[in-house]
Formats: sequence, structure tokens, C-alpha cells
Amino acid sequence: MRVGVFICHCGNNIAGTVDVAKVAEETRKIPGVAYATTYMYTCSEPGQEEIKEAIKREKLDRIVVAACSPRMHELTFRRTIEKAGLNRYFFEMANIREHVSWIGENRELNTKKAIEAVRMAVAKVMQNKPLYSSSFKINKRVLVIGGGVAGMQAALDCADGGLEVVLVEKSPSVGGMMARLDKTFPTVDCSICILGPKMVDVAQHEKIKLYAFSEIEDIKGYVGNYQIKIKKKATYVDWSKCTGCGACMEKCPSKNAYDAFNFGVAPTRAINIPFPQAIPKKAKIDPKYCRQFTKGKCGVCAKICPTKAINYEMVDEIVTEEVGAIIVATGYSLIDMEKLPEYGGGKYPDVISGIQYERLLNASGPTAGHIVRPSDHEEPKTIVFVSCAGSRDKSIGIPYCSNFCCMYIAKQAILTKDHIPDSQSYVFYMDIRSPGKGYDEFTRRAQEEYGVHYIRGRVSRIYPKGKKMVVRGADTLLGTQVEIEADLVVLGTAVVANSDAAHMAEKLHISYDTSGFYVESHPKLRPVETNTSGVFLAGACQGPKDIPASVGQGSAAASKVQALFSKDMLESDPAIARVNINTCVGCLKCVSTCPFQAIKDKELKDGRVVADVIETVCAGCGVCTSTCPCGAIQLQHFTDNQLLAEVNALCQM
Amino acid sequence: MKWQKFSKDLKENQTGMVEKEYGYYAGCSLEGTASEYDTSLRVVLNTLGVKFREPDDWSCCGSTPAHTVDHVLAAALAARNLSIVEKSGLDTIIAPCPSCMTVLKKAQYNMKGSDDFAAKVNQLLDEPYNLGVETKSALQILLEDVGLEAIEKKVTHIFPDLKVAPYYGCILTRPPQLAQFDDPENPVSMDKILSAAKINVCDFAFKLECCGAAFGVPKRDMVNRLTYKVLSMAIDAGANCIAVACPLCQQNLDLRQEQVNRTMGSSFNIPVLYFSQILGLAFGFSPKEVALDKLVVGADNLLKNRLTVEEWEKMREAEAQAKKQKGKKAIEKDEQSTEETE
Repeated sequence: MRVGVFICHCGNNIAGTVDVAKVAEETRKIPGVAYATTYMYTCSEPGQEEIKEAIKREKLDRIVVAACSPRMHELTFRRTIEKAGLNRYFFEMANIREHVSWIGENRELNTKKAIEAVRMAVAKVMQNKPLYSSSFKINKRVLVIGGGVAGMQAALDCADGGLEVVLVEKSPSVGGMMARLDKTFPTVDCSICILGPKMVDVAQHEKIKLYAFSEIEDIKGYVGNYQIKIKKKATYVDWSKCTGCGACMEKCPSKNAYDAFNFGVAPTRAINIPFPQAIPKKAKIDPKYCRQFTKGKCGVCAKICPTKAINYEMVDEIVTEEVGAIIVATGYSLIDMEKLPEYGGGKYPDVISGIQYERLLNASGPTAGHIVRPSDHEEPKTIVFVSCAGSRDKSIGIPYCSNFCCMYIAKQAILTKDHIPDSQSYVFYMDIRSPGKGYDEFTRRAQEEYGVHYIRGRVSRIYPKGKKMVVRGADTLLGTQVEIEADLVVLGTAVVANSDAAHMAEKLHISYDTSGFYVESHPKLRPVETNTSGVFLAGACQGPKDIPASVGQGSAAASKVQALFSKDMLESDPAIARVNINTCVGCLKCVSTCPFQAIKDKELKDGRVVADVIETVCAGCGVCTSTCPCGAIQLQHFTDNQLLAEVNALCQM
Repeated sequence: MKWQKFSKDLKENQTGMVEKEYGYYAGCSLEGTASEYDTSLRVVLNTLGVKFREPDDWSCCGSTPAHTVDHVLAAALAARNLSIVEKSGLDTIIAPCPSCMTVLKKAQYNMKGSDDFAAKVNQLLDEPYNLGVETKSALQILLEDVGLEAIEKKVTHIFPDLKVAPYYGCILTRPPQLAQFDDPENPVSMDKILSAAKINVCDFAFKLECCGAAFGVPKRDMVNRLTYKVLSMAIDAGANCIAVACPLCQQNLDLRQEQVNRTMGSSFNIPVLYFSQILGLAFGFSPKEVALDKLVVGADNLLKNRLTVEEWEKMREAEAQAKKQKGKKAIEKDEQSTEETE
């Protein structure tokens, strides 16, 4: 066996704190190592050429590269040695950058540790076996979770590219947050007017299958072959019959149902269609408020419905869809105003959130576009906007900026002046964050043309005084306290992840950050991929994002799916669990511990029952190998022998 | 009166049993200007079966002046008292005065956080302090150790005329990492305790506003302005009485009320009671027994209407009956309208 070791300088990244020449020198002494050298940038084209040439010249049959993390370049080097005629699994990487040079400053100790890392890698590579991947067919259908603007864009792009799309939306209509907005910044064009056509396209596209008012129940499978269980929640209205005429909503006697679409600005009926442009425009019953459910008698809607679509007996239904890739576009939520007690959120009716104000501004909202105070329905003349209500506040666990509040507050202040010309708006801000195209001009316009008074400082308290709300804060530019008696206060409430974001992430096997936002594969270079192949991200589920960014990500995720589906077959990773049927005693402990349900029992010809791994489902996590009492199930490329060889190499030093 | 909705669930004792004995650190105020707080709190704690004793030979806590001069010295003043309590075998101390409480908690916090600091402090003490004493405010003891249920059980009298604005002042719950109790921006512990004693509590937006603290001497104008704000907000909130848990707050709001009236042209006449006095009254003690006569602005008018719990419950039942009758009619009407729409 002839092992070749290539030690990378990585410019100064490694060579700065590791004596790479010494590492090479020590490496040459290891039995089995036929060749060891250093190189400035091993990952560069000449660096790879060097490896290929050395394989031929020195007749090497195993290769170790001591450089960065295998997450960076393992695949690069596997391809390199494959081109030189070696099996790609005759390769190991010793991570002497992230694990050594970047974290220690002592050159001597670093060098020693780097030598140890290389010895371990050499020991392992000498135990490596050639592995060959098999290929499997891809199911070229895509699941999009979430029908907001990002999800719809992704769905439409995929569908236009000829892919079949399954779109699952948890609320009764697609449209998401954007459908609730009145206007969009910085162009002040009508939100639903530009979103509406997309919503109609989604409904009418022959390649898109829409499940509205549905949730993801369960996800099984792997890239290329997922089985998705979708729960169609009971609407108590047969949507195949419902024409969306709205007669039921008009006559419903239960008039105090919570209106989730309008964020509770005004009550709605127990049977309702969320908004006039809803897609699908179908009614649904909220059993929490419906008298038929709460009191056991009413039946008004059933009597009034011209198509007899009401069905009080309806139950949730589970359907299964098979897809090959998933785009997650589950969006965001807003912080509960009750978490801001100093602002009286949730306590005083005239302190509302930005999205609630948006519904007041909106012509299809509960006030038909007239701005009124929730308390007495009078027109407010003095309106105070509080930005960063919860955002950038470590004390409540939200250290980040919510991205778009500065801009929508400027927009709402401009619209307020349009609606009520004799009104005066004030904006309390920490910084004005308006880095997008045309954004800064827009916030300047709010101040200069619309006379919005911007006060730099935070609000400490909001309290009632007669019919007014007093907003007290600091003006840090003047160095004084300010108190403004406002008729209405609008809080730019912080953007937070959905409450079930973590739950969803676990179903998808993707990671999420401490705030609950999903983590992309690389913050710069792989912004819509996740670390789970086949699962892509779009929109604000990955972090607070405005409409252009969400749409951009929707399209990006769709193009990633198109690229994935451009092949007919995918190669499977051979580094998966394998059962040695000669030593397996058939206890089947592995079957119950496998988190992917990738192991089942198999009866051999002699009647013996053993465990059997389903190759395509196994994710190579290794849980089964540590469970197996007799070492019969081994994770390929990480077998007990291979890992023990590494440990031995370390202990013998 | 609509009772307030509480935003935060506080941890509270559900069993209503208090087994252990506490240290009781009265501090200087409770021996002087705030003797009514001391009197009434002792009455309340005794009624609730809380065993407590004053540490022998306790000394000044250091209060505000000490830490403006020297942090180590300030901590030593506080730690001396904690060390005495520790030595007497107790592990929790009640500090009714928020100023004492903060200083005691701060000494504990800083000594626990830095061995270096603790060593410096211990050098100044006769006996080293081993960090074995937890300081709690009176409100914290009542809520966490005694529990609302036990308080409710002891109530014998109801004062239907009382409408209380609970006023916490600045340091009872702040800074949060020190206080480790209640919500720093929207405390509700006093609201809960008074509500448990069947007292009407108003939603008071200025429960944390500054009373002017010790600036009454150097900057009287400023304190007048600040107390004016607190008092007028209490009136606006519909209160006819303010409940406090701090001797300095009480002094500024009660003693200075006449001064505020003179300088701000107002005509406040709103009594400012310690929450413990109100609890004592609810537990059936006489105004004299909770030292109500020590107040500058008298509360007699509000206490004229005094019912026993039985009388009050009868009254409430009658009211509920009347309401039910009314409600039935409303439902009938509602159903009629449903039928009409059908």
C-alpha cells in the first residue's frame, strides 16, 4: 500500500501557525506513506494536477490531503483522485485548518496536533475499502410548503419549467402576508393588484395542485423520493360545491369570531371567506365560534347555502403525495404585543401593530380603508409609529433587526398623510435602515415631502391619558425627553419565526437557529440550499425579508430544483449502513432506533430473521451501529475497524 | 369593577404552608418614618403563619450613599448583616424596604460573581460571609412562599369602596438580573396579592414611574413635579387610594402631597397605604392595629363601608342573580334575532 500525503499551506491560513514542512517530514516516517509534500493551495488547479501526477509517478493508491474541513473540499479531491484512476473512497482529509491552525496560536503545539491529525487520516485511509454508488430514479415532482409570495413564485417558476408542483398552504387562501398589505414600498403600488394575478395563476396552472387549509403531517423518504402526508383540515364546507357567493357569511348570526386574516382588527363571522380576492374563494367554518358547534343548534348557513355545500360532519383528511424535492416557504410571524408590556400592547386598544394598521389602510379591510381608532372609531390626527418594537432587544431574546419595518413605517406614514391630510405622524427610530434600491429616497420623501417627524430615540412607555395615548421616549439627538399625545400608536413589531418552525424543521431534517429561522447551507454561496439535499428554502422562514428578496429567493429555489431534476437518475451515497448477515442475531434493536425507518426485518432461506437496510432510505447517521450488540451492522466508510485504526494511531504516539 | 388581566404567570406557592423560619431585616426606615409598614407587615406575616425573627445586632445596610462612595465598602455593610443571619442558621431574609433589599441582593450577586470581590469584602468583615442567604422582598415572600390561596383564606373583611392603584416604584423589580422577581417592566405581584385579598385593583400605567426618591431635599421642585404625575395618573386610572411597598415612595406621595398641591395648584387628597396595611384591614384588624393613624392623608372615608365576607358574598349573589335574569332576557332576544335572520 502506497499512501501519498499532501499538506496544504492555505496561504497563511495554515502555514501561519503550523510548520507544514515539519508535518511533511514527520509524515514521511509513518509506515505505509510513500510520498509526502506541501503545497501552497492544494485545492487550486495546479495543486490538483500535482496530486494526479504524483499518483502516476509514485504509484500511489491511497491519498490524504491535510488542509481545511472536509465540508469545503472533500468532494473536490475525491473527484481529483477518481480522474487519476483511484476509487474516490481511497481518500481522507485531515482537517488542520478549522481544527488546528485557526483555533490555536502556539506554533509548536499546533504542529504537533497537525501531525497527529495526519497520522490518524493515514491510519484510516489504509483501512478504507472501495465503495461504489448506485443510482436511482428521481420523482420529478416538487412540494412547496407555504403559499405566500415566496412559495407562489417558487411554485410558478417550477410549474412554468414543466414540473408538477404540490403547493400546501395552511390558511384558507394563498397570498400570505403580502395579501394583507395595502401598498408596497418604495413604489406605493397596490399590493393585492400585483399579487392577485400571481394568485390566480397559481390556482389555474395545470401543473400546480393546491392544497389550501392543509398542513404537512409527515415527511418520509430522501432526495428524489419523498412521501408526504398532507392533512386537509376540516372546513365544514364542501369546497367542490362552494361557489364563494358569501351568502352564508352575510347571514351567520355568530358575529364575534376572531379574524386571523385581519389580525383581529375587527371580528368576523364564524363562517367566512377571508378576503374578497381569496384564492380559493371558498368559505370555511370556525368551530370555536360557530353556534352549531358551541350550542349544538343554528344551521343558518346550511339552510341559506344555494349549493348545499355545508357539512357539519366533515373531518380532517389525510392524503399522500410523492415528490422528489421540497421548497420550504413557511414565512414568518410577528411578536405577540403582550410581550411588550411597557408599550401597553394588547392592553390598550389604540396601540396596534403595523400589520393591523395595514388592514385599517386597506380598502378591503374591516374599515374599508378609513383610518379609525379601534377604541371609539374616530379619525386619529396624531399618529406615532414606534420602530424596533421588540427588534434589536436582547432582553426579550430578539437581538436581530426585523429588516423591513423602517420601510413600511415610512410607507404607512406617507399613506396616513394621503388619507388624513391634516394629520401629523411621528416616527421613533433607532436607525433608519433603508439600504434597498430606491429605499433611502423613499424615507427621505416621507420626511421632506410628507412632513413626517422623525425622532431618533427609543420609546420607554406608552400610557393612556383621557382619550389620548401618551408616548414617552428620548430624543437622543436633542438629548431630551419627549412626550407626544397621540390618538393612535402603531408598533413596528418584531418579526419572529413561526411558532411551529422548529417542529417543521424536525420533520424536514433541516437545522434552525436560536431564533427559529431555518439555516441555509452557506450564508453567502448557498443561500437557498439546506444541509439536507433535496430541501430548499425561500422567503422569510430563513430570516426577515422584504418582498423583492422573498421573490428572488423563490425563483432561486425553483432554479435549484430545476437543476436537480435536470438529471433522470441520482447517485446514492454508498456510505450507509450494511448488515453482516453472518453475525446478525436478529434482535432488531436497530429497526426501532433508526430515525429514518430505513431498516426492516428480512427472513433468510434458512428461516433466520435478520436486519436489512433499505439502501435508498438510509441517511448514514450511524445510530444503528452503536445500537447493535454484536457489531453486525456497520456504517460503510466509518466501520469499527476504520475508526479504531484512527484511535490506535493516536494512542501509539 | 373589571379586575385586571395579568400578562405573566408568576410562580407561587400552591400549598399555603410555610414551614421554615425567616430572618426579618427591618432596616432604618421601618423603625422610623415607616413604622406603620413594620407594624402592619408583622401583623400580616403573623396572621399568615410566617415565622420570622430579627437578626441580633443588625446594622445599616449601606443604602444609596455607601455604593456611591465605594462598592466594596457598600457590599461589606450589607454582607455583615447577611453573615449574621447565616450564622443564626437561617437561609432566607425578608427585606421589606426595597432599598435594603436591592443592596442586600447586590452584595450577594457581586460576591457570588467574583471570588476576588468576595475576598475583598470578607477582609472587612469579622466573620466571613459564605453566600448562604437569599434576600426576598415582602411581596416575594407572600407570593412565592405563602401563596395567594393562603392569603385568600385569611380574608375576613371586604372594603367595597377601596379602589387601589398598586405602585411598585423603581427598584422593587429592577434591575431584573438582581431582583429575579416579577416582570421588570410590568410587575403584577402586588396586583395579584391585593386581588387575592378581594381588593379592587386599578390598571395603573405609572406603577413604575419615578417618585423622585431622595431628591426631595436637594431638588424639591423636581420631586414635586414627579409625584404630581404619579398622583394624577392614579386619579385618572380611577383609583381613590395608592398601595406602596417602599418607605421612600410612601413618604414622597403621602407626606409631600400638600406640598405638591401648593406648588402645582392641584387638590389631591388620596391616601397612600402600604400594601401590608390594606392586607391587615382585609384580615380583620382595626385601623389602629395596622397603624393607619400614621398616615398624613387619612383613609378613614374609604374604610367606612366595611363588610364581612359573608355579607359581601350575599350581596354578590344577589347581584349575580339580577345579572342572570338580565342575561336570560338577552339570550332570548338573541335567539329571536337568529330566528328572524332565518
